[in-house]
Amino acid sequence: MEASAQIYHNVIMDRFRSPRSAGRPENFDAEAEGNNPMCGDRIHLYFGREGARVSHESEGCAIMIASAELMADAVAGKTPAQIRDLRADFESVVTTGAENPALGDLNALANISEYRSRIRCATLPWATLGLALKEAE
Amino acid sequence: MSASIKLQPFDLAAIRRDFPILESQVHGRRLVFLDSAASAQKPRAVIDAMVFAMEHQYANVHRGLHWMSERTSDAYEAVRDKVAKLLNAASRDEIVFTRNGTESINLVAYTYGRAILQPGDAVVVSEMEHHANLVPWQMLRDAHGVELRIVKITDAGEVDFNSLEEQFADGRVKLLAVTHMSNVLGTYTPVERLAKFAHERGAKILLDGCQAIVHRQVDVQAIDADFYVFSGHKLYGPSGIGILYAKREILESMPPFMGGGDMISSVSYERSTWAKPPHRFEAGTPAILETIGLGAAIDYVEAIGFPAIAAHERELTEHAIAVLSEISGLRILGSAQDRGGVISFTMEGAHAHDIATLLDRQGIAVRAGHHCAEPLMGRLGVTATARASFALYTTIEEIDALAAGLIRVKQVFG
Repeated sequence: MEASAQIYHNVIMDRFRSPRSAGRPENFDAEAEGNNPMCGDRIHLYFGREGARVSHESEGCAIMIASAELMADAVAGKTPAQIRDLRADFESVVTTGAENPALGDLNALANISEYRSRIRCATLPWATLGLALKEAE
Repeated sequence: MSASIKLQPFDLAAIRRDFPILESQVHGRRLVFLDSAASAQKPRAVIDAMVFAMEHQYANVHRGLHWMSERTSDAYEAVRDKVAKLLNAASRDEIVFTRNGTESINLVAYTYGRAILQPGDAVVVSEMEHHANLVPWQMLRDAHGVELRIVKITDAGEVDFNSLEEQFADGRVKLLAVTHMSNVLGTYTPVERLAKFAHERGAKILLDGCQAIVHRQVDVQAIDADFYVFSGHKLYGPSGIGILYAKREILESMPPFMGGGDMISSVSYERSTWAKPPHRFEAGTPAILETIGLGAAIDYVEAIGFPAIAAHERELTEHAIAVLSEISGLRILGSAQDRGGVISFTMEGAHAHDIATLLDRQGIAVRAGHHCAEPLMGRLGVTATARASFALYTTIEEIDALAAGLIRVKQVFG
């Protein structure tokens, strides 16, 4: 695909089309609702303390849904403190565009830094996870 | 249309040269600007009028006794006459300058709503209102005990008169506040019929003309509108200037909106008395340059003429509906019989934001989201749409570029 579609590469489109962490789980310890009032993206996020499991029910764009998916992979097994650090590192990647080798697949969203109005789509799941973590404490 | 205005032939190439920004490149492509319903681009005449004022004719208005202030006041007040003529208002004193359409509606809700409407009275709005014509009435309801009712629209996106009858049945409705043209569906509402309907039942009517004023000749006396609001920036003028038209006797019955300079008759430490309309509603130094810019925009539009603008935009809209309908998986929202150059659509498998981003990378600017009409999105069963909107400078080729761009979106998301 041409430059115009750079952000919509395989990892993003794959996770958007075939989400693996979507849906309401049977057991969870906290849940939180996130939305972007400016554009209407919505995510309902479930958090299970054991193994830091994240699931989501999302209505929104490919970037937001792929970001929620990659986030669920990235935080699995992490402690709340590690997740908070990861969120800060991720936000740095998507705002600066500089990839961080420690973040693995999350770097798939680094390009979003060039699409300023879309950064908030990528960060919405993380902000919502922040709310769920607070509730889980 | 006044006979004194000499109409020019509709020369699209010449019109486009009047808008310097249309030469811009975005992401290495010529800008295809299909977001004029959010805010329109500005012709050279508007830019020049504002620059001329700043360079040669600027001071505060209504205050100075000096030459510069007098001349600036003249230029500023001349725009009130232009707006009165544009709307065919009975008097220039029926034209209030505000910041935008939103402020105009808030002004009515705050003053007419609190002073004239009584607790227990009802206000009716439609399902397809912009937030600007919904939220101020919710605030009035919560502060003042006025009931807010919502009239349904049909699946085609037209006002449902059966629902309207039901909402008015108990005789408590005192104000019907509806859009003249939906910013999402492109529907024109039958404003003369709505005004007659409201008046026969003892209610006033407020029309949100932010979209309609750009595309059609509006005659507030022929419509028999009690209130008509619009903003300058969609009418090829600058942002920061809006208009509230209201019938003289209604304005005279309304208390001030904001207090301050320019809106008083006399002031003592104990009390103040109010100026007559329209100045009663224009506290503080107004948007002088923006008002002058709006005057130039009105001159510009009237020189081209609404019949020519409407004919051009009708051609654009018909073409757009035809070419977009050929794209499989694309759904155009609304199918009102009387509709204008605002087309909202969804595409199977692709969210509106993704559509907008992919189009943007091809230099095509559309809007995506809920268009400040979140409840309407729910009514239509969508969370967001993409929207292409047309202006007098839009070309058929730009609509074809949109269609080609959407086919690329399908390639990514198909």
